[in-house]
Amino acid sequence: MRLFFKGENMASQFDASATAFPSRRSILKTVGVGAAGLAGIPFLAACTGGSAPSASGSDSPGLTFGSGSSDDVPKRAYQAVTDAFTAKTGKKVTTNVVPHNDFQNKINSYLQGSPDDTFTWFAGYRMQYYAGKGLLAPIDDVWETIGGNYSDALKKASTGPDGKMYFVPNYNYPWGFFYRKSLWAEKGYEVPETFDALKTLAAKMQADGIIPIGFADKDGWPAMGTFDYINMRLNGYQFHVDLCSHKESWDQQKVSAVFDTWSALLPFQDPAALGQTWQDAAKALEAKKTGMYLLGSFVTQQFTDPAVLADIDFFAFPEIAMEGRDAVEAPIDGLLLSKKGGENKTARDFMAFLGTAEAQNAYAAVDASNIATAKGTDTSKFSPLNKKCADTIADAKYISQFFDRDALPAMANNVMIPALQSFIKDGKMDVKNLEAQAKTLYAAQ
Amino acid sequence: MSTTTARPGTIDTAALRSGSRPKRHYGTHIFLTVMAVMWLVPLGWSLFTALRPVASTNEHGYFSLAGDFNFDNFIQAWTQGGFATYFWNSIILTVPAVLLTLFLASLMAFAVSRVNWKFNVTLLIMFTAGNLLPPQVLAAPLFEMAKHFEVPYTFSDSGNMLNTYIIVIAVNTAFQMGFCTFVLSNYMKALSADLTEAALVDGAGIWRQYREIIMPLCRPAFAALGTLQVIFIYNDYFWPLIFIQSGNRLPITTAINNLQGEFLSNYNLLAAGAVITVIPTLVIYLLLQRQFVAGLTLGSSKG
Amino acid sequence: MSSIAQELIPPEAREPRGGRIRRTKGGRVRRLSRRDKVVLSLMVGIPTLIELAMVWLPMLMSVGLSFTRWNGLDLGDIRPAGGENYQFISQDYPPFWPAVQHNMLWLLFLALIATPLGLLLAVLLDQNIRGSKIYQSIFFAPVMLSLALIGIIWQLFYQRDNGLLNFLLGTAGTPQAVDWFGDSSVNIWAAMIAATWRHAGYVMLLYLAGLKGVDPSLKEAAAIDGASAVQTFFRVVFPAMRPINIVIVVITIIESLRAFDVVYVINRGTNGLEMLSALVIQNLVGEGQVIGVGSALAVVLLVISLVPIVFYLSRTFGKENKA
Repeated sequence: MRLFFKGENMASQFDASATAFPSRRSILKTVGVGAAGLAGIPFLAACTGGSAPSASGSDSPGLTFGSGSSDDVPKRAYQAVTDAFTAKTGKKVTTNVVPHNDFQNKINSYLQGSPDDTFTWFAGYRMQYYAGKGLLAPIDDVWETIGGNYSDALKKASTGPDGKMYFVPNYNYPWGFFYRKSLWAEKGYEVPETFDALKTLAAKMQADGIIPIGFADKDGWPAMGTFDYINMRLNGYQFHVDLCSHKESWDQQKVSAVFDTWSALLPFQDPAALGQTWQDAAKALEAKKTGMYLLGSFVTQQFTDPAVLADIDFFAFPEIAMEGRDAVEAPIDGLLLSKKGGENKTARDFMAFLGTAEAQNAYAAVDASNIATAKGTDTSKFSPLNKKCADTIADAKYISQFFDRDALPAMANNVMIPALQSFIKDGKMDVKNLEAQAKTLYAAQ
Repeated sequence: MSTTTARPGTIDTAALRSGSRPKRHYGTHIFLTVMAVMWLVPLGWSLFTALRPVASTNEHGYFSLAGDFNFDNFIQAWTQGGFATYFWNSIILTVPAVLLTLFLASLMAFAVSRVNWKFNVTLLIMFTAGNLLPPQVLAAPLFEMAKHFEVPYTFSDSGNMLNTYIIVIAVNTAFQMGFCTFVLSNYMKALSADLTEAALVDGAGIWRQYREIIMPLCRPAFAALGTLQVIFIYNDYFWPLIFIQSGNRLPITTAINNLQGEFLSNYNLLAAGAVITVIPTLVIYLLLQRQFVAGLTLGSSKG
Repeated sequence: MSSIAQELIPPEAREPRGGRIRRTKGGRVRRLSRRDKVVLSLMVGIPTLIELAMVWLPMLMSVGLSFTRWNGLDLGDIRPAGGENYQFISQDYPPFWPAVQHNMLWLLFLALIATPLGLLLAVLLDQNIRGSKIYQSIFFAPVMLSLALIGIIWQLFYQRDNGLLNFLLGTAGTPQAVDWFGDSSVNIWAAMIAATWRHAGYVMLLYLAGLKGVDPSLKEAAAIDGASAVQTFFRVVFPAMRPINIVIVVITIIESLRAFDVVYVINRGTNGLEMLSALVIQNLVGEGQVIGVGSALAVVLLVISLVPIVFYLSRTFGKENKA
């Protein structure tokens, strides 16, 4: 490496003053006119990102589809749906897949920037919030054709704050404790019915040298599942929903009790939680390093070995104080139409297609970890686990979405994620501070 | 520091400078070798991981020499990861931004360095300070400005400047311009005034002085700054993160983080992606290191 | 005139400039034609407009937005909020103070570990030892990489089950394995070491350039006086490199304030890696968008940044202003 200022001055190093008038034209080309000329071409080509403006006319040939389903299984499953749509209608679907955490994190700028015509999202307040901000196009016309395919509960979950329809459900999935039957049979573990039984079981697993409860919270959201269940089991479904919408305050005894209860469980949860993703934790369950894992049934997407998959079962979060196990956390995923996509008739057709048993069967054929929502979908290929998932949701008295879908996005992302992460770290929770932040954030909307 | 010389107090300064009689620096060599090895480990480990197929790491573990070594991960990363697109995006973002930055900075630098004017220093301070601000401070207003700058859909598919390359190029240009102006103006000040005086006698106007006299003389400075700017803008992670929403329009530096989400727990593939991303910068470094180093030292005001 | 480029130019090369100043200041020989004036005003005007519109105006807007409450959508929804956002971040926002501490820690680490390491490498490599160029290239290579990429490369090195470090420590696969980027009690240190990897090479390069510029006769004189190498360095060489030192102080401070890319790539600046710049972005563009709070954080970052910026500018332009 030759250093530049090696006892010579800059000008003579470059031999600048010596050559007063070197080839003028070559300089002009590189710096002056050349710069403008060169810059001009990529500019024009680049302004739309090098691709034709996306379909936005009423008689456009296709549509763009933004997908946050970036993991291998759901990615291929959506591919099957779009292929089926193209085969049926001859319209092309351009899919843009973004890793799901980034997709969610950037949703604000995505919707304000250039969203795809239709995109994957979630039911609940997390959908209504963006509908209320005017970033989505209502799809009442789509629901006129697909309405009969859905139950009233699903229809309600798809309705915006203005009473219009915005969402087409694709699938849902229950949250529960997943475990490997063979490990439990070998060690003689029993499914716990109550919270105390859960603690006893966990202590036993720990004595056996197993991390009792798999846990991963690098991404921040998975820990909300534990919070939701303890809150619902301890304070009831209605309190949980009201707390999410800040009709109940955070600085009350009932909320502190949730964290007190949880701290009894913390010593049994994987201490490496904050550094790993749910996919890592799924691998640990597969390897029998952890005894059970509280997550949505999508966890089974990670088990590519059919023998492992057949060895998986789950049980509902045990009973604590009230309502038994009536409430189930079962988030619904599906599609939304962006404001811009609202002008694209084909995008509406695609959403209507997703609301049929045909499309959802195509999806479920690839991704069997989730439960299709439309009526008349094929259940003949259900594994016992699928059937149990479907029954759990069907039998539930109350269904919650998930904290980040039931609460204000700012509350979930800016407050709960860091708060839960620090709770996992040191077992302390300042509920007064949660309330102070909630007050400011809910008022700011 | 005691490792620097074997016997302090008897430094042969002539030898020290000329290097004609290399001294024995065993301690120094040992220290430097240890440090150099440590310095190479992270990149070396990435390359090592990238060269091993997942199958053999699954079988033998990551910390093992057993199993195959091949380029499968690179091929897979290239085809599945969309690297060709990302590289092209990087070029589209970098080339115009560097050319524009240098062009505008040379105009400004010429004006403030060759012509006496009372606001010169004020303007230079404004330009230099602008470059030192943390970009995060400007993010939200620039996002809003881009969003409210409405253009026809035929021009941009967002209907505004979001998700376009132009906004990223413009912001990078504005941000880097301050630094280049500062460096170029110092460079131009160091050129002899007689050059332009002579041109004045010939009746040459300002534009001719700029174009035909100063510009050619600044060629070495442009080479140095240009190389430096190519690296800076290629390495820019932040502005595309703010402005570009479509994954297939991201430049490589910003897209590499998405790969982390995509190639989840396939560290071999992720390592291959990282190595692919490193290659262009290392090529530039090896080919143009003199210019790059000159650029860095020229304007070491850059943070 | 105290910029590095200028300082490093030997006095004889600077002579012509002085001459020019005298001449132009004296007689104002040159008279600008109308066309020249138009050309000049365009030359100054276009870059200045761009700089004002895309750097300084947004900066002022950030300050303005920090006193409002806004959901980031309709401009008509902006409501005045007084100092509430500042009150919120200082009293109710838990990541704020950890972020300030982490920024300080980052600064101290770069200043006390990374920068001296770079200086040491420069001094060692300045001795014309064999293989100096190879060493320089190795230490300098990370400077070419983006911080985002550095985060990913070190992730591979630090990873809990498959990372090299845990293999070297013999802890991989055991319960003692440390997740260097995930464990909030160590990840800030792990991230700072990754940042040092780049920073030290940068500092080394600048000091090497500076050392070449130090008048060798100074060192000779000190050696004749019987000063040891260490004494020579600290009493003679180091003070002679004052301009470089200023630049390095400023770079170190600014880098520590800008430590965004690396923590954002690791875990978006959460769980032990809170940084002011990352908090700004979480609040401004994350799903939980709160423009007022994000802008208030941005203003705090701005005010802190202004300290080194003003220090640097006064050093660089102070003399010219007086001239």
